[in-house]
Amino acid sequence: MIRFEGVTKMYGSNVGLLNATIRIEKGDFVFLVGPSGAGKSTLIKLILKEIEPDEGEIFVNGKNITYLANREIPALRRSIGMVFQDFRLLPHKTVYENVAFAMEVVHSTQRAMRRQIPQVLSIMGISDKADKFPAELSAGEQQRVAIARALINNPMVLIADEPTGNLDPDTAWEIMKLINQINRRGTTVLMVTHAKDIVDRMSKRVVAIDKGRIVRDAWGGEYGYDD
Amino acid sequence: MIRGLKYALTQAFIQVFRNKGMSLASIFSITAMLLILGLFFFVTVNINIATESAKQQFNTIEVYLLDETSKEDADIITQSLLSMDEIAGVTYVSKEEAMEHFKDRWGDKAYLLDGLAENPLPNSLRVELVSLEDGQLIYEACRNLIGVEDVRYYQEEVKKILTITDFIQQGALIIILFLIIVSVIVVSNTVKLTVMARQREIMIMKYVGATNWFIRGPLLAEGMMIGCISAGISLGLVWMIYFRIVELFSTQALLLFSTSFVEVGFMMRNLIWIFIALGMSIGAFGSILSMRRFLNA
Ligand SMILES: Nc1ncnc2c1ncn2[C@@H]1O[C@H](COP(=O)(O)OP(=O)(O)O)[C@@H](O)[C@H]1O
Ligand SMILES: [Mg+2]
Repeated sequence: MIRFEGVTKMYGSNVGLLNATIRIEKGDFVFLVGPSGAGKSTLIKLILKEIEPDEGEIFVNGKNITYLANREIPALRRSIGMVFQDFRLLPHKTVYENVAFAMEVVHSTQRAMRRQIPQVLSIMGISDKADKFPAELSAGEQQRVAIARALINNPMVLIADEPTGNLDPDTAWEIMKLINQINRRGTTVLMVTHAKDIVDRMSKRVVAIDKGRIVRDAWGGEYGYDD
Repeated sequence: MIRGLKYALTQAFIQVFRNKGMSLASIFSITAMLLILGLFFFVTVNINIATESAKQQFNTIEVYLLDETSKEDADIITQSLLSMDEIAGVTYVSKEEAMEHFKDRWGDKAYLLDGLAENPLPNSLRVELVSLEDGQLIYEACRNLIGVEDVRYYQEEVKKILTITDFIQQGALIIILFLIIVSVIVVSNTVKLTVMARQREIMIMKYVGATNWFIRGPLLAEGMMIGCISAGISLGLVWMIYFRIVELFSTQALLLFSTSFVEVGFMMRNLIWIFIALGMSIGAFGSILSMRRFLNA
């Protein structure tokens, strides 16, 4: 599903990622942990083709994306559901329109939107917020909208960069349960997090990274260090 | 294609209204710019017309003929003058006609002239210039003609008028340039601000996998829509202001420059297309600027 083969990314003399090899299979649930500046976001940016690797090869959905033409990047991103710590909702669009935007991007019909969007909003528990703007929602509700948008086109992978970072513990746990549900339906999940209790409690595969190197990769793992 | 256009237009329409603060700021600055341009367009067109008509009043040279010069000689001189490109027309004025004009001008004091034993006025040719600027040249040429006694030309007055009109026209040009620079700065600052506000939205759209054209379409349509709205508002304002000025000052203009204002309808018909084209280009230019910075990654 996602494969890194000896990938290195340098920012000048700063180490982003050093000779990293990871294999994430379809249906996996992977926590990516490590101290701040370890290279977690670098890894995700490489998957999204926001930055180019210096060495090694990267595969997503069986396709080698190490060298990808600029015009092929949108299609790659549409095959990946992204969720961020800061939600990244379009401020001048309603909840419904934010989710619809992801469908418009893939040229879905209005009919398909009217059918699918209410379903997803209902799964996320935000059916009653469809006509609200992001600024009118709580942080937890905004993250639910972001997840709804990430899932609307049925991506093979959901990638989340600290999705619970801006949420209080209870809300964070709610969001965590949602993501776990999504994984049980077959979507591969790669989640960057600093939430020790969540990682320990979920008991999933944990990839730890430090100074750009993969230092641990264990199933049923724990967070493993103190921040 | 059609669907894409429809999508871009509806999105632009919705976003212009949703994004009120930014839309209003942009509309305000583009309107201000067009308003300034429109009013100065009116001022220069009118100044030009007034100065041209002032020049018209001094574009004749009087050529006084010697008494020996016969009507036939005068006709030959007329022909040779008419062959010059700088001369628009030549009229023969006999001494009798000149006396009539003289009496007309003296009005109720004309009886004083009846005491003259004989008509002291010479026959003359009235030479009309194509352009006032050639006055000096033609004046010299006429003086050197055979059969000519004297040439009268309002040299000093013409010089004064030329300096004044040059001064007014150049002054207007400098003020226009200055105002254009100021309004370009204001507009580009607004663009910069909207670009900053847009940066995040464009980045988010790209994360969702939108192609550049999918983002560009609505933004371009939005910029052009804002430009169109601004053009409409400034046209209305310019019309109102100009209409009022014509209403209030047309008598004064007639007295001072002996010309009337250029007709409101004529001005507006010319301005409409200039404004719409200008407004839409500024709007589109702003959008393109904001996209160029954040779309090429
Ligand atoms: N654009 C950049 N320019 C220079 N250095 C960068 C840039 N982005 C990240 N880095 C450096 O690369 C390292 C890894 O960063 P990052 O992947 O963002 O870490 P994490 O997400 O694990 O906190 C850090 O040392 C950071 O300073
Ligand atoms: Mg990070």
